[in-house]
Amino acid sequence: MTLTGTAEAGAAKAPPVPPPGRAGGRASAARRAWRTFSPYAYLAPFFTLFAAFGLFPLLYTAYVSLYRVELQTPGDLQWRGFGNYASIFGDEFFWTALRNTFTIGVLSTVPQLAMALGLAHLLNYKLRGRTFIRTAMLLPYATSVAAATLVFAQLFGRDFGLINYVLGLVGISPVDWQTGTVASQIAVSSIVIWRWTGYNALIYLAGMQSIPSELYEAAEVDGASRWRQFVHVTLPGLRPTIVFTVVVSTIGATQLFGEPLLFEGSISGGISHQYQTLGLYMYEQGWGFFHLGRAAAIAWVMFVVIVLLVGVNALLARRRSRKEAGR
Amino acid sequence: MPIARAAGRTAVRLGAVVLCGALLAACGSGSSGGTSDSAGGKVTLTVDLFGSFGYKEAGLYDEYQKLHPEITVKQSDTEDEADYWKSLQTRLAGGGGLADVQGVEVGRIASVTQQQSDKFEDLKQYGADKLKDKFAEAKWSAAVTQDGRVLGLGTDVGPEAMCYRTDLFKAAGLPTDRAELAEKWSTWDGYLALGKEYKKKAPAKSAWLDSVGSLYSIMIGQEKERYYDGSGKLIYENNPAVKEAWNASVAAADAGLSAKLDQWSPQWNQAFAAGSFATMPCPAWMLSYIKGQAGKGGSGKWDIAKLPGGAGNWGGSYLSVPRAAQHKKEAYALIEWLTAPEQQAKLFRDQGIFPSSTGAIEEVADAEDPYFSDAPTGQIFGDAAKEAPVQVLGVHDQNVAQQITNALSEVERKGISSDKAWSNAKKGVDNVIG
Repeated sequence: MTLTGTAEAGAAKAPPVPPPGRAGGRASAARRAWRTFSPYAYLAPFFTLFAAFGLFPLLYTAYVSLYRVELQTPGDLQWRGFGNYASIFGDEFFWTALRNTFTIGVLSTVPQLAMALGLAHLLNYKLRGRTFIRTAMLLPYATSVAAATLVFAQLFGRDFGLINYVLGLVGISPVDWQTGTVASQIAVSSIVIWRWTGYNALIYLAGMQSIPSELYEAAEVDGASRWRQFVHVTLPGLRPTIVFTVVVSTIGATQLFGEPLLFEGSISGGISHQYQTLGLYMYEQGWGFFHLGRAAAIAWVMFVVIVLLVGVNALLARRRSRKEAGR
Repeated sequence: MPIARAAGRTAVRLGAVVLCGALLAACGSGSSGGTSDSAGGKVTLTVDLFGSFGYKEAGLYDEYQKLHPEITVKQSDTEDEADYWKSLQTRLAGGGGLADVQGVEVGRIASVTQQQSDKFEDLKQYGADKLKDKFAEAKWSAAVTQDGRVLGLGTDVGPEAMCYRTDLFKAAGLPTDRAELAEKWSTWDGYLALGKEYKKKAPAKSAWLDSVGSLYSIMIGQEKERYYDGSGKLIYENNPAVKEAWNASVAAADAGLSAKLDQWSPQWNQAFAAGSFATMPCPAWMLSYIKGQAGKGGSGKWDIAKLPGGAGNWGGSYLSVPRAAQHKKEAYALIEWLTAPEQQAKLFRDQGIFPSSTGAIEEVADAEDPYFSDAPTGQIFGDAAKEAPVQVLGVHDQNVAQQITNALSEVERKGISSDKAWSNAKKGVDNVIG
C-alpha cells in the first residue's frame, strides 16, 4: 500500500514549526476565551460518544447486575441485590470457566510470545525476501476468527481430522481433541497462537530495530556469540515492548471468546465445560439462558479481574525497572 | 485475541452487549423489519425462519405471489434454531426489526404462550377459529394460551421412525425387511439386543447408532409428560420416563453401540457418507437432512421401519405474527394459506416435511420415498403421527433437553459414571432455570 508514501509525506511535513508568538496582549477577550475553551470543543465529540457508548453502558451494566432480568421479559426488573454475584460465586461452572481462562491464557500466551520473540530475532537478520516474509507473518492476523476456527476444528476432528491422521502415521492413537480437558484446551490455544504469533513478532521486530546497532557491534568486538547478543543486548532493550505485549495478551486472553465458541459451536465450551472461558460463560448465561442480570454481573467480575491482572502486571514491571535503576 | 484495548473499554463493550438486549429499542431496530412499498398498494411481506421450512424450495412463495400479485414475500433464514431464537428474543425485547411472520419451534411454543403472549397477535381476530378442525388436536392446542388466544398456526410435525442402512445390515448378517425388523425391535430392549448382534459382525468402523443423545431424544419423544407436568411444574428429576430413557441411553453407551457422534456436529455430518452408523432414530424432518448429508451415493442404501417402543413425536413448528409486524392482516392471510392442507401435502411430497394438518396426512398416506428404498413414508409417519401422545410442553423444554443430552455425551465420550453425569445435568438445568 502507501506505507512509504505516507512516511514520505510525514517526513516532508516533519519539522513542525511552532507558530510564531503572535499571541500578544492585543488579542481580544473573545479571542482569548476561544483559545481557552476551543480545545474542549474539539474534544467534546469524543467524550460525548464515550459517555453514550462507553460510560453509560458500563454503569448501566452495574445497575442491571443487581436485578433479576430475563430477556423474555426485559421490562420486569426484580431487585436481587448482590444475589447475582452470590449465585455466580456459588456456581461450579464459574470457577471452571475462570480456571479455563487462566490455563488457556497461559497455554496460548507463553508459547506465542516466545515464538514471536524467536521469529522476530530471525527476521532481524538480513534475509532474502525479507519484506515478503514479514508481510506473510501478518496474514493469520488478517484472517477472521470464524474462518480460522472452523478450519482448525476440521483439522482437529476426531475421526477424519488431518492432525489425528498424521499422528496415526507415527503410531499415535487418535486423540479426541474435543472431549479431553487438556487436549481441547491445547486445540483452542493453537488457534490463538496461530493467529497472533506473527502480529507479536512484528511488534518485537519494531522494538528490536530501535536498539542501536552500536551495542551489537560492541558486543561483537567483545566476542559475544549471537545467542549472547540476544540475551544481553536484545532482551534488555525489548523490555518495554515485552511488557506491552504481555499486558495486551493478558487482556485478550481474559476476553477469549470467538475461538472456544466456534470450535464446536457449543456455548457451554464442550460437553463438560472443559474449554469454556469467562467470556463464553457470560454469553451462555446471557444469550443461552437469557439471564441478563447474571450476565451483567459476570461482565463486572471480568472487568475487575482484568483490572487486577493489569495492575499486577504494571506493579511487576515497575518493580523490575526500579531494580534495574538501582543497580 | 490480544488487540490493544484499554481494560475499561473492554468491560464497556461487554456491558453494551448485555445492555442492548435488556433495554434499547434502538439496538433492535435494524432494517430487516417489514417494509411497506407505497407504490401501487404493493406489500412486501417478510418471513423470518430457521432451519429449513422448504417453502421457497417447493415454490410456494412463487405460487402465492401469482395468486396475489400485490404481495411480494421475502424470506430470511437462520440455520441453527438456537441462534434464531436468540435473535428473535432480542428483537422482541427491543420491539423492532421483527418480520411479519416469525417461525416458532414446538420446544419454544410454551414460552410464547406462557411468557410472551402479549408480543404476538391473537390470530382469532383474523378468523383462525374456523381452522381448528383442520389440525391435529395436539398441534392446535399447544399454541393456544390459557385464556384462549391463538398465537400460531402449525406447520409440520415430527413423527418418529427408525432409519437404517440396509447395506450395513446385510454385511452384518441381519435381516433387512421392514416388517421383520419392526417385529424384532418392537421394544427398545429388542433394539439394543439387535445392536449387540450387529456389533459382533459389523463392518469395520461402523457402530449400531450415531449417538446415545439421539436415542434419548427419540425415546423422550414417545412420552406424554417429560420435563414439566400439566401445571407447569418442573418434574424431570423424578419423572420415571426421563429416567427410563436415560438408563437405556447409558446402557447403549456401556455396550459400545454408539459411534459417539454428537448430533449436529461436523463429525456427525461427515459420518453419514462414511457409513459410521447402521441405524438412526429419525423424525420425519430428518429424512431431508439424511439426503443432504449422505448425498446421491446414499440413495437406495437406507430404509425406514417402525420405531421401537411405540409412536412418538420430535419437533415441528408454528408460524406466528408478532404484534410489532407491519402488515398483520396480509401476514395472516399468507400463513393461513401456507399451513392449509393442500400446501402441507405438497410440501411433504416435495420436501419430506410432514404435515400437521389432518387432511394433508390422509392425502399423503400413499407416499413412498425412492431414496429410502421406496419405504412407505406416508403410511409409517402417518401412523406415528396419529398414535403419538399429546405432549405436555414447558417453558424451558429445549434447554433442559440440551443439558441432559450434553451429560449423556459425557457418559459415552468421556466414560464418566451415570450418576456423575446426571448430577452434572441437574447443575446445568439449575443454571438454565436461574
